[in-house]
Amino acid sequence: MSISAEFAKWKEGAYGKTVAKFPERKQVFKTSFNEEIAPVYVPGFEDPQYLETRGLPGLYPFTRGVQSTMYRGKFWTMRQYAGFGTAEESNKRYKYLLGAGQTGLSVAFDLPTQIGYDSDHPMSDGEVGKVGVAIDSLKDMEILFDGIPLGEVSTSMTINSTAGVLLAMYIAVAEKQGFTPDKLNGTIQNDILKEYIARGTYRFPPKPSMRLITDIFEYCAKNVTKWNTISISGYHIREAGSNAVQEVAFTIADGIAYADAAIKAGMDIDVFAPRLSFFFNAHNNLLEEVAKFRAARRLWAEIMKNRFNAKDVKSQMLRFHTQTAGCTLTAQQPDNNIVRVTMQTLAATLGGTQSLHTNSRDEALALPTEDSVRIALRTQQIVAYESGIADTIDPLAGSYFVEALTDSIYAKAKKYIERIDELGGMVEAIEKGFVQQEIQDSAYTYQLEVERGEQIVVGVNKFQVKELPPSNLLKVDRSIQVSQIAKINAVKASRDNELVARKLAEIKAAAQGTENLMPKILEAVKVYATLGEITGTMQEVFGEHKESVVL
Amino acid sequence: MDNKIAFDFRSLAKLITKIENDRKGSEEILLNLYKENSETVVIGITGPPGAGKSSLTDRIIKEYRNLGKTVGVVAVDPSSPFTGGAILGDRIRMCDHSTDPGVFIRSMGSRGSLGGLAPATIDVLNLMKSAGFDVLIVETVGVGQSEIDVMSIADTVLLVLVPGMGDDVQALKAGIMEIADIFVVNKADKDGKERLVAEINMIVQLNRHRLLWEPPVVETVATENKGTSVLMDRIYDRGAWLKNNGMQVKKDKIINQFKHMALDRIGANILAILNDSGMFTRWTEDLVNGKSNPYYAMKELDENIKIKWGK
Amino acid sequence: MSQKIRVLIAKPGLDGHDRGAKFVARALRDAGMEVIYTGLRQTPEAIANAAIQEDVDAVGLSILSGAHNTLLPKVVEILKSKGAEDILVFGGGVIPESDIPFLKGQGIKAVFTPGTPSEEFIKFIKENVRKDG
Repeated sequence: MSISAEFAKWKEGAYGKTVAKFPERKQVFKTSFNEEIAPVYVPGFEDPQYLETRGLPGLYPFTRGVQSTMYRGKFWTMRQYAGFGTAEESNKRYKYLLGAGQTGLSVAFDLPTQIGYDSDHPMSDGEVGKVGVAIDSLKDMEILFDGIPLGEVSTSMTINSTAGVLLAMYIAVAEKQGFTPDKLNGTIQNDILKEYIARGTYRFPPKPSMRLITDIFEYCAKNVTKWNTISISGYHIREAGSNAVQEVAFTIADGIAYADAAIKAGMDIDVFAPRLSFFFNAHNNLLEEVAKFRAARRLWAEIMKNRFNAKDVKSQMLRFHTQTAGCTLTAQQPDNNIVRVTMQTLAATLGGTQSLHTNSRDEALALPTEDSVRIALRTQQIVAYESGIADTIDPLAGSYFVEALTDSIYAKAKKYIERIDELGGMVEAIEKGFVQQEIQDSAYTYQLEVERGEQIVVGVNKFQVKELPPSNLLKVDRSIQVSQIAKINAVKASRDNELVARKLAEIKAAAQGTENLMPKILEAVKVYATLGEITGTMQEVFGEHKESVVL
Repeated sequence: MDNKIAFDFRSLAKLITKIENDRKGSEEILLNLYKENSETVVIGITGPPGAGKSSLTDRIIKEYRNLGKTVGVVAVDPSSPFTGGAILGDRIRMCDHSTDPGVFIRSMGSRGSLGGLAPATIDVLNLMKSAGFDVLIVETVGVGQSEIDVMSIADTVLLVLVPGMGDDVQALKAGIMEIADIFVVNKADKDGKERLVAEINMIVQLNRHRLLWEPPVVETVATENKGTSVLMDRIYDRGAWLKNNGMQVKKDKIINQFKHMALDRIGANILAILNDSGMFTRWTEDLVNGKSNPYYAMKELDENIKIKWGK
Repeated sequence: MSQKIRVLIAKPGLDGHDRGAKFVARALRDAGMEVIYTGLRQTPEAIANAAIQEDVDAVGLSILSGAHNTLLPKVVEILKSKGAEDILVFGGGVIPESDIPFLKGQGIKAVFTPGTPSEEFIKFIKENVRKDG
């Protein structure tokens, strides 16, 4: 079929039907000189490759976007990651953000919570409440979401090795509010492979970790049907120093590993794949980044269709959240970061992201202040409402440069995936240190380029000024650790400790066998077993992971 | 610091630094401190990179600690031939022992040595022996001559191999049989394990008639603590055998170690003489300029040695 | 012969971001030093003990989680209690300028914040490690 014929078909069909059900933001989108803007623009000549490699928005291979109306129907979700100190303070920040127009919640947990240590554990000393909220038991979770109806918001939780426990707590709080699990909307990051590669908050070794992940897939497919059970992440891989091709390749290779694990555990690809979501980085090089997102969508769609035989189009869609690149923020002249984040916002939205977190200007120095966070949110809002880029879908398509980059990233990422297959898959590749070595080599090369002045970072190796140290930075003090410890003691004193011990024993037994751990974790959480107790019990069976360093 | 060890860790560490940095001066130190200790168990661990040597060392340390034995570890990693620097990362796998006063771990860069040991490794092990450690474990780089080197100092040499790493035993250098006292097939949960074990067993069987000790094959998954007790049993077996039958082996080791030291010294001395007299430079210049051939230079060397050494 | 400068690079606490620490380790190796890299999740005790056994000239601590005011001084304290106060301790990562005077007062000789070129910390180590025979 010709492009124009396909386009007409799409306009009537995929696009037309969507608009009928979900009207676009405006009746008509217009230029400043009153010309109507079409939903999407296609080549005016017959390009034989076009339909197979680009297609149309909402249609395989989804290069141009996973939805037929994209931002004409609804802007991306503006979802700012937040959480620090106590559950009370975080609750206040969430209410502030929801009031300021944020459309989804994103929870940041402190390191002890992410790794499964209670606030009173020796390894938690000095870390409690520092990079996110401290959650030791259901009690803290109840405070965190106090006054926020979980059945009416969408919540993303950045939690990995302890994702099962935090999800169970979320479900328990929602039930107390009167919402059944099938009403809940949200995501857990739950991507352990990238922890081994780049982020470091692992707890158990790879095999039992994969088991926990597939348990969560299975449990949610049956009970928490609107929940996105994994956010396969490239963000951290990029932050660790990889380049754009490696970010796509390693993330998708992780995705392949999870899909393989789920199938091995007996699940049907079209049952869990629709709920897989991704998380990418929005870096500085705007045009390269747009190409990167397009290449990723195409690659995933083809892999799902050809390698995994997924029939449901929802399995083939690469839906993703984006965060602007933390590693590009400079401590020098922090206001410059507002400009960087703007470029990165454009990269992500021209690239078709489903949701976006924008970093605040002071984040190279500390957790952001309220003012800085508001500016970060406004950045998204200004791009959404004032720039016009949301008025048509995939506007950079057809640019010779962007299309060439898209093809190049697609091909090179594919090569990496073949290499990883040769090594025996992603888990093997990680254990062999292949992935980490590639990332470190990119990181080292980049750093040397900056030091030699071949790569300019404004304010750092060019256009420096003598600056006073910044003031008014957010500080998290030790009293949080003290009050959390007091809270834990209070919870332990007021709960039925015998019941807790029994529930923990049941978790241990389940861990030793093959039954799904989620129901047992949920039961333990409801009787106020602490996160550390539950994780510690599982460690008795699973062991603890030791990193394999490649330098 | 454990009471049985003669030095506190800080002093021991500083002595080791001295030995590493001042090769001449280290002999003075050892002259005074050397204490022969036949009770010390010295285990050498060698094998290709990525085989899991450090993870195994970690397990072995734990086992000996459970028996109340003090353990000293020397882990050697390659130094960059270009910068002379090194990244020494073996400790990571043994970090559980960082706060145990009965365990001392020292990382060494190979510092230009072509084999698997650093030039000072033997001296450092002798020092630690004299300090009274019950067990010494030396982990080598696993390339080049490391197998030969480590054999000269360890009573029990573990050769660690991994299935599917492409190191078919046939491809390994001949002489592997003389070196390995115990073959460890680590990551034994990987594909190709049976084949590797079979190949090793075949080579052992082919050679058993000329071996005093028949090396066993042990399968382990060090990261999951599988096979550790079997490995320890084989190590204890070897220890018992050495006690009862090992006189010749012990003699050979003492001779080999001394030979190693002596050859090092002789080589260094002769080279110094040749350098001082300018002969070495002259020969190499002629060779580079095509004015000579190496065999001619060797003849001159012979003549000169005869003259200098009067034979 | 070879008087190598030996440096221990460690990540204390739970922070898992090791891009910077790995870069520093490589840069020091390329500058001819022997780097003992201890990896993630190190306790102050483990770091101090390792530093003593390895007889390092300097210890570099990388931390981005905000726990620096607790963990870095602890390392210095333990080294001191074991008679190793001559080991140079420096830090890096996400450490606000306003915390640096406190850290220096606690015995951390320098803090290298984001953007520090490798030339700078290499020079610092070379010029400040103890010189003994």
